[in-house]
Amino acid sequence: MRKRLSLLMLLALMLVCVGCGSKGADEKSEGVMTYAEYVAAELDSQVVIEAYVQAKQSWWEDKATVYAQDKDGAYFLYDMACSEADYDKLKVGTKIKVTGYKAEWSGEVEIIDATFEIEDGNYVAKAEDVTSLLGTDDLIKHQNKFVSFKGMTVEAAGQDMEGNDVAYLYKWDGSGSDGDDLYFNVSLNGQTYTFTVESYLCDNTTDVYAAVKNLNIGDQVDMEGFLYWYEGVNPHITSVTVK
Amino acid sequence: MRNRIFRILRSMFLVGCTCVLTGCHGREGMEAFVIPEEFDQTKDYEITFWAKNDTNKTQTDIYEQAIAGFEKLYPNISVNLRLYTDYGRIYNDVITNIATDTTPNVCITYPDHIATYLTGANQVVPLEALFTDAKYGLGGTEVRFDAPAQDEIIPQFLEECAFGGHYYAVPYMRSTEACYINKTYVEELGYQLPESLTWDFVWEVSEAAMEKDKDGNFILNGQNVMIPFIYKSTDNMMIQMLRQKDAGYSTESGEMLLFNDTTKELLMTIAAHADSRAFSTFKISSYPANFLNAGQCVFAIDSTAGATWMGTDAPLSDISEDKVVEFETEVMPIPQFDTARPQMISQGPSVCIFNKRDTQEVLASWLFVQYLLTNEVQIAYAQTEGYVPVTLKAQESPAYQDYLSRCGEDNNMYYDIKIKASQLLLNNVGNTFVTPVFNGSASLRDASGQMIENTVKSVRRGELVDEDYMDKLYSDMASLYRLDQSGLQNVAHSAEKAALGKLPLTARILLAALAIAWAIMIVYVVMGKIRKRQYDK
Repeated sequence: MRKRLSLLMLLALMLVCVGCGSKGADEKSEGVMTYAEYVAAELDSQVVIEAYVQAKQSWWEDKATVYAQDKDGAYFLYDMACSEADYDKLKVGTKIKVTGYKAEWSGEVEIIDATFEIEDGNYVAKAEDVTSLLGTDDLIKHQNKFVSFKGMTVEAAGQDMEGNDVAYLYKWDGSGSDGDDLYFNVSLNGQTYTFTVESYLCDNTTDVYAAVKNLNIGDQVDMEGFLYWYEGVNPHITSVTVK
Repeated sequence: MRNRIFRILRSMFLVGCTCVLTGCHGREGMEAFVIPEEFDQTKDYEITFWAKNDTNKTQTDIYEQAIAGFEKLYPNISVNLRLYTDYGRIYNDVITNIATDTTPNVCITYPDHIATYLTGANQVVPLEALFTDAKYGLGGTEVRFDAPAQDEIIPQFLEECAFGGHYYAVPYMRSTEACYINKTYVEELGYQLPESLTWDFVWEVSEAAMEKDKDGNFILNGQNVMIPFIYKSTDNMMIQMLRQKDAGYSTESGEMLLFNDTTKELLMTIAAHADSRAFSTFKISSYPANFLNAGQCVFAIDSTAGATWMGTDAPLSDISEDKVVEFETEVMPIPQFDTARPQMISQGPSVCIFNKRDTQEVLASWLFVQYLLTNEVQIAYAQTEGYVPVTLKAQESPAYQDYLSRCGEDNNMYYDIKIKASQLLLNNVGNTFVTPVFNGSASLRDASGQMIENTVKSVRRGELVDEDYMDKLYSDMASLYRLDQSGLQNVAHSAEKAALGKLPLTARILLAALAIAWAIMIVYVVMGKIRKRQYDK
């Protein structure tokens, strides 16, 4: 009986701790939207959000493109005003407050023309397994999140000059070369999806770039990445593991 | 001891000066290119070619085939291809590489960009002497392939590559813009396409397409998305509208005239149609072709070099098959203010050659550039999109005429929209124009498009777009693109400074060392004088 009581107390304590932790990672400052409010906001309206950097995609001419996430959802911050020095300060987990405009480009909902400030706080999201949501209307609710896909099969992405099937292409039609985006197809339950290694997010020096170039048709793979959208789901993969 | 220190400091200063001067030499001290008497076939030459393709595998293949064909004729020259899909990226990389003396040998580019490259002395090779060289010039006696003569390059296209009294490039391909129209929708709205499109017609039909049913769906397509008029390149939109209105943009000498009353009027009109959501842009919404093919757009203006993406049966598409709708596509020249005097932009890639210390390497580059003008390359590349070859030799060849005559035979090589787009330019070469090229013209072009983008965004965000807004927009654009400085020299100088970026670390260390050396010497001299004065007392 005492053991059970102790266990119950321990469990309760753990729940309280977890609850406190999640509240800390999601508490919004004055005037900042919750993720639900952001989702409800009209396109072209001004939005103010707080989130945690999950990946830095690129910096160019004082503009940064970043994936950010809070406990409830994710944000794609496109061409956000950012000095090179500030870009260096952004690390995975860094909390930022972003003010910008909600926009949509080819299905990708993003924040544009934004400015940001770094705040105290840190949160690194774990990859959420959305494999079972592929092909469903619910998948888009996880847009821009750090996600994982498990047990998918590599399919032919196209053909080489000799007419042989290949597992990946440089650019969507094979018109690119080393250093360009990699496109590859993976299937699940008879449905095939196009995944991408976005070269600004993961260039040709990264493990994932090399891993995709080593894929073979028929390989079983687990993947992690960001749930990007371009005329449909187009995950930008950051890691691939061949089973 | 003091003298020794002074001598050391003086030596440091001299070494520093030498290093700084040597460093400068690498960037600015290129000798003007002189054509060698003979092409040296005993040595191997490796040249780099930075090319642009439209994310089109066939274009990549044609570049590779061209290189293979050329290397077969000139076994001692090898060509390394680097592909880009964006002129802006090529421009930025070239600027970076000018600073480090690592430019490519041959580069696809826009004349506006060459004007900036020319801020480095002798960086880009003037070509007129090469054109007429008896041995290695266009169609010269020692050229190992059937190259066009100078008078076989379409004169208007060649003139687009001349500025500052020199030819700094040769045209490679030419295109213009076209309006790709969902004719089915236009007729369902109760209109007939006129012989020539006008801006008024496009705006009127676009507004008519915005009508919704009680459920909030658009009556025209039954969907909840409809952007009747989408423009891909807003730079071109503003430039062409101003040209058609005979309004100011810039002068040949580089005077910036963009910020005028006509520009404001045009922006106010665009704002009105952005407000109703009848108009949007590529940067704000996405590719016009995606909306057109999904039945969510009536007028899509894009390059003729984007024709293979347009229409129900387009061979290239970014949207899934289930989203494509059936409709009849019409290809027409862009809308006009005065249909009796149609005017449209001439665009498309040109090729320039970067100077190198080894004149043989430059000559090898020139031979390759000439090879890009052969019928074999010109016709093959022009067939990949709605381009036209830049030589009469290619345009009039039986092979190219046969290609044009087979319009619509299939939905790939002979895709009707693509060939109609090429034909549109062939029929309108006399109605095309280019804007003056000068150092700063690339920034002016960017500003002209950005004004449309900003205006459309502001309207969509509910901001008041009025006279005050326009005044602020002009001021912001002038400042952002550094167009607000007096005189072209200032613009050129600031653009150059911005383009070259920070000094390299080694240069900064050297300069710092020099400054310290000077400071120590000054302190030494001053201290010496003080001590001498104290001693004298």
